[in-house]
Amino acid sequence: MDIALEILSWGLLFVGSAFLVIGGIGVVRLPDVFTRMHGAGIIDTMGVGGVMSGLMIQAGFTIVTIKLALIIGFILYTSPTATHALARAALHGGVRPRGDETPEDESGQGNSSSKT
Amino acid sequence: MMAAVALAVLVTMALAVFRSIKGPTVYDRILAVNAFGTLTVVLISVYGFLSERPEFLDLALVYALINFIGTIAVSKYVEFSHMGRPTGGDELGDI
Repeated sequence: MDIALEILSWGLLFVGSAFLVIGGIGVVRLPDVFTRMHGAGIIDTMGVGGVMSGLMIQAGFTIVTIKLALIIGFILYTSPTATHALARAALHGGVRPRGDETPEDESGQGNSSSKT
Repeated sequence: MMAAVALAVLVTMALAVFRSIKGPTVYDRILAVNAFGTLTVVLISVYGFLSERPEFLDLALVYALINFIGTIAVSKYVEFSHMGRPTGGDELGDI
């Protein structure tokens, strides 16, 4: 394989692995369920995108590359949908984001449309 | 080198398992299990390259789709206690 493609592939794999670990730390350390979704989003976009792109360059032009591109497409399409459904379920279940309580208590019109 | 990528994926899986055990609400656990499923897809792909057998990618492809369906179903079931009809008039009925 060309040396430039090798360097690009391992660079992408390294960046993807770093973003995977960063997203995992975010899932553990962030204070709220809505902010933890941000950490999971880092795993789903930058982590998976970097690692799978590096593997695609490693594989060359074969059927493996098409399968990896399909996996990236499915994850990029389904991850925001699942996160959106989970956020709506959490809001409907009574979980409030941090910092959302104060204007609601003071003025009574913080997010009164979603309180039915 | 590919083993280092697999190690990073395993470390992240351990962090997700920690959140799914510790999580205060049930939504934290659903989120952690969803992230764990995504990391399983990555781990299957990396292991296919590590063992020079990329046929494992078919399993990864199917697992990505099943993970999405599972997350949607669990978040709907936890919220409404059933999976069936949309609740009439409620805008949150069809998540």
